[in-house]
Amino acid sequence: MFIKQLSIFVENRQGALSKIITMLSDSGVNMRAVSIADTQDFGILRVIVNDIDKALDTLKSKNVIVRANNVIGVELQDKPGSLSKVLGLLTDGGVNVEYMYAFVTPGNLNSAYLVLRARHNDKAEKILSENGIKMLSEEDIKNM
Amino acid sequence: MKNNYYQPDIETADRKIIEKLQSKRLTEVVKRVYERVPLYRARMDEAGIKPEDINGVEDLGKLPFTSKQDLRDTYPYGMFAVPMEDVVRLHASSGTTGKQIVVGYTQNDLDNWGDIVARQLVAAGITKSDKVHVAYGYGLFTGGLGIAEGARRLGCTSIPVSSGNTARQLTIMQDFCSDAIACTPSYAMYLGESAAKAGIDTSKLPLRAGIFGAEPWTDEMRREIEKSLNIKAYDIYGLTEIMGPGVAYECSEQKGMHVNEDHFIIEILDPDTHLPVKDGEKGEIVFTCLTKEAFPLIRFRTKDIGTITHEKCKCGRTFVRMSKPMGRIDDMLIIRGVNVFPSQIETVLLQMNLSPNYQLIVDRKGVLDTLEVQVEITEGTFSDTISDISRLEHELADRLKSTLGIAAKTTFVAAGSIARSEGKAKRIIDRRN
Repeated sequence: MFIKQLSIFVENRQGALSKIITMLSDSGVNMRAVSIADTQDFGILRVIVNDIDKALDTLKSKNVIVRANNVIGVELQDKPGSLSKVLGLLTDGGVNVEYMYAFVTPGNLNSAYLVLRARHNDKAEKILSENGIKMLSEEDIKNM
Repeated sequence: MKNNYYQPDIETADRKIIEKLQSKRLTEVVKRVYERVPLYRARMDEAGIKPEDINGVEDLGKLPFTSKQDLRDTYPYGMFAVPMEDVVRLHASSGTTGKQIVVGYTQNDLDNWGDIVARQLVAAGITKSDKVHVAYGYGLFTGGLGIAEGARRLGCTSIPVSSGNTARQLTIMQDFCSDAIACTPSYAMYLGESAAKAGIDTSKLPLRAGIFGAEPWTDEMRREIEKSLNIKAYDIYGLTEIMGPGVAYECSEQKGMHVNEDHFIIEILDPDTHLPVKDGEKGEIVFTCLTKEAFPLIRFRTKDIGTITHEKCKCGRTFVRMSKPMGRIDDMLIIRGVNVFPSQIETVLLQMNLSPNYQLIVDRKGVLDTLEVQVEITEGTFSDTISDISRLEHELADRLKSTLGIAAKTTFVAAGSIARSEGKAKRIIDRRN
């Protein structure tokens, strides 16, 4: 099971990020989680939103370069060792993690959520699902 | 394979015969311009040259150059060498890089123009029974009417669709059964894409040849057009100042364009010394009109960079072949002592399917020149991982280094972020001065 993430190209200069976030907020899209990967020249803004279609339409209509891609959403118990277990499974399965970030929601303070992208996403998803790790669906994201 | 010639006697003539004809015609045209064009008389007097000093092609180097600025200074009719009663047509250059210029043609000029275009049509395998779809603009621009003139001389059917309205172009192409098409290469690319989008199977159409020119294009574009329109694509060269399309034309070998040497002399000159360079070496392309009556230019500096070869062509034609223009003298950058043309960078971008919207930033750090190539990111090249984008940046840097001979920093920038003026992106920012 995968969830959709928006990846957005952001130039590394003043105001570039704010402009894109404003476009999203103006269109009424709510963000569940945000992360930024940065290099010297540019960044990739990665967001999980409640309404992916609306977000895509909004950004594309303003000529922002954006992609919707599959990532794995994992629900963890918010206690030491949960993340370590997940990563251990992936390591044992020979899967490399490209990037990940985490978020919590006010509705469920016992859980932490992990967004994860592996070089071989399908393999990672299979390993986690075989080991009974709880993964998030698009529906879960909408209802958070 | 059968070689198609329109005027085989001259197209395959012995080099000695071509040179003899050029010498005779050069002597005549120099005499005419000295008598009739005040600018040429003044320039020759200044250089101490009389028409009788010019006895053949070997004396060409003695003659003064003509620049685009000369044409602007004498605008509109100062360079005309016949009275207006003999002029039957005017054309003008679009003037995107400065004030427009106007050129004239006598009836003979139009006939000669038609002949050289007909040579291209026949070289592309077009016969009297074919229909040529002309999607170049008709008007002051020489493209549309120039190709039409060639079709008329050859006796094939021209379909003057002119430019624009792509849906109509495709309908006409299907309904009128166009056998060949002439337009700009970028428009041919667009037509190919539009045909695919409209679900038109181009392999089922009679269309088999395309004649493309009036703007720079690459071999990659040629392959793309040949595939999408299912045709063989020919490169035609021309410039308004000299004639319009047909100054040089491509045969089925597709290895350079044969210059119509019975009507024009081509020179490739070192930009600094103004002396001819060897075959295959790059230099400024300079043309002299031999037969033009209304608007004959002597040693016109095109500011285009190109090469020529006298090597025998397999097609049997004996006219020298010129390369595609490789860039403009004006656009040439000297970075760390190396000549860099933006067109070289464009080729690499196209090969890698990157955006054609790019910008070059030249700077100086200490004593060292630096080059940065910024390219707009596209949906096709963007990825959610840094590593994918970095890999692409490195590949671009590697390819640029092997093409240009110098290292360049490569950076992706946001779509639409490179400033555009009049639809054209500003390509070069030189901060060294």
